[in-house]
Amino acid sequence: MAQKSSLSNQPLEIRWHGRGGQGAITAAKIIAQAAYVKGYKGVTAAPSFGAERRGAPVSASTRISTEPVLVVSQVENPEIVVVLDHTLLKYPDVTHGLDKHGWLVVNSPLSPKELGLKGEFSIATADATRICQDLGLIVAGLVIVNTAILGALIRATKIVDLPTLEKVMRERFSRDTVDINLAAVTKTYEITKLAK
Amino acid sequence: MAVQRKSNMHIIDGNQSAAIAAKMSRVQVVAAYPITPQTPLTEQLSQFVEQGELKAEYVAVESEHSAMAVCTSASIVGARAFTGTSSHGLAYMHEMLHWAAGARLPIVLACVNRAIGAPWNVLNDQQDSISQRDTGWIQIYCRNNQEIMDTLIQAYRIAEQVYVPVMVCYDGYILSHTEMPVDVPDQADVDRYLPPYKPHTTLDPANPKNYNLVTLANPRIGVDGKLYHGYMELRYLLQEALQNSRETILQAGREFNEIFGRDYARMFWEDRSEDAEITIVAMGSLAMEAIVAADMLREEGLKVGVLGLRVFRPFPKSDVVQALRKSRLIVVFDKNISYGSEGATCSEIKSALYGTYINASIRNFIVGLGGRDVKARELAEATKKAIASLKETVINPDYPEWICQI
Repeated sequence: MAQKSSLSNQPLEIRWHGRGGQGAITAAKIIAQAAYVKGYKGVTAAPSFGAERRGAPVSASTRISTEPVLVVSQVENPEIVVVLDHTLLKYPDVTHGLDKHGWLVVNSPLSPKELGLKGEFSIATADATRICQDLGLIVAGLVIVNTAILGALIRATKIVDLPTLEKVMRERFSRDTVDINLAAVTKTYEITKLAK
Repeated sequence: MAVQRKSNMHIIDGNQSAAIAAKMSRVQVVAAYPITPQTPLTEQLSQFVEQGELKAEYVAVESEHSAMAVCTSASIVGARAFTGTSSHGLAYMHEMLHWAAGARLPIVLACVNRAIGAPWNVLNDQQDSISQRDTGWIQIYCRNNQEIMDTLIQAYRIAEQVYVPVMVCYDGYILSHTEMPVDVPDQADVDRYLPPYKPHTTLDPANPKNYNLVTLANPRIGVDGKLYHGYMELRYLLQEALQNSRETILQAGREFNEIFGRDYARMFWEDRSEDAEITIVAMGSLAMEAIVAADMLREEGLKVGVLGLRVFRPFPKSDVVQALRKSRLIVVFDKNISYGSEGATCSEIKSALYGTYINASIRNFIVGLGGRDVKARELAEATKKAIASLKETVINPDYPEWICQI
């Protein structure tokens, strides 16, 4: 059931930063799909355009709106920035343009304060890497944190609720991988530290 | 009367949308060579064939020239043929594009718009398809992934009625790699909309005949004693087919609406044109961003509308004149450049308005080449710059302005 009453009236723009192979683009797509299921009529999810390489910094974007999205240009002033690898925070591009009322969501063992970032935006952190390591969510030697970080994202921003996210993930993932990914989401949701 | 339809929304990117549309159109031959950003389209189609979801011959060719040669051969023996390409691939196809149109074969091609080198660039602009403007193909541009799905299905209806190939163009990455909601039609409805392909001529070894043989300048009597067209008569008939295709395109759009509930009975998209004194013209996904720019300018009290070009060939001259009748200023944004002249769509607009009672000023901006990001705010700023320039002169400048760092 769509919960129209809890939809944001303002269009939301999310920018994702990760490294090639971490699944930032998939995460951008999952949250777009979940937002659509929740009742947002306009959603788009896009990779950064051009070549992508394993291990190199990559970005992606998600737009969420109650109206169909007409904007096709790149996200400039996101309300939310999600960082899958905290070592990327050293690049100024990562938090560039982030709305001062917005959220920075980081996969990090540090607390929001310990990140020592300047900026008026709120910060959420969670050690998604450790959660995924403990669960054994590792593919070809890489810890896959893209689903786990969705737990921190929805805890901080409440774009969608856990049941909606679970519904979308059950449609998207195969039966043998969905449970471990859902466990990663739920556990990360629980340990997320918020600093408004 | 409104028909109750069950929607079947999927969040998919432009390439997936095109692949599903080709599958639902029951294409029988796919011949394609992968090229960025078209690659996922061919991968998806080859997977459909491999998994048995699409009963088609997938011909993995060694070049785009061969891809179109295979589509041409397939079409001439009565198969519904499909290909997709981008940029250098489309340029490499150039000779066979002429051949497909000249032989009046209803092939559909998805052009995933990308810049052409040198220098190398894999990102979006519309120079590739604009460079094929004069090959005799119908060209239709899409603004979003729903339009890709719907236009591709309509393209076979149009092509097979007028016997002219159709190029369905959509912006690389901006649409091809961006997911958005798309209502995927029912196969039964597509079958109802799109009857099987009936070729005008079929080459069949059981009944040998010559086709596209050397044709002289003048008409001449064949061995059967009948008078046959010369080369020029055949060229005239191709031009006439495109001139007359407007009605078929509109009819295909109307009937699409009757079955699927989305109205395409239009040669272009209009936004707030009823009272617009200033009209922004753009083609492809940029025509959506332009609506956002018009919103910004309306908030400042300016009467701005948007004309989003859809069918570029045949160019809908009189429809455009009708839509621009109240405009005092027309601001045309082109993602292509006819070097030494101006943007190709600007030339079309100027040509359409010549000799009419509309005496509007026209300003042309070249934007977004090689994937340069174009923001609504930049479209709005350029429009305001165009308005300010009217104080200096109303004469239309010879050359366009470029929105770039020089």
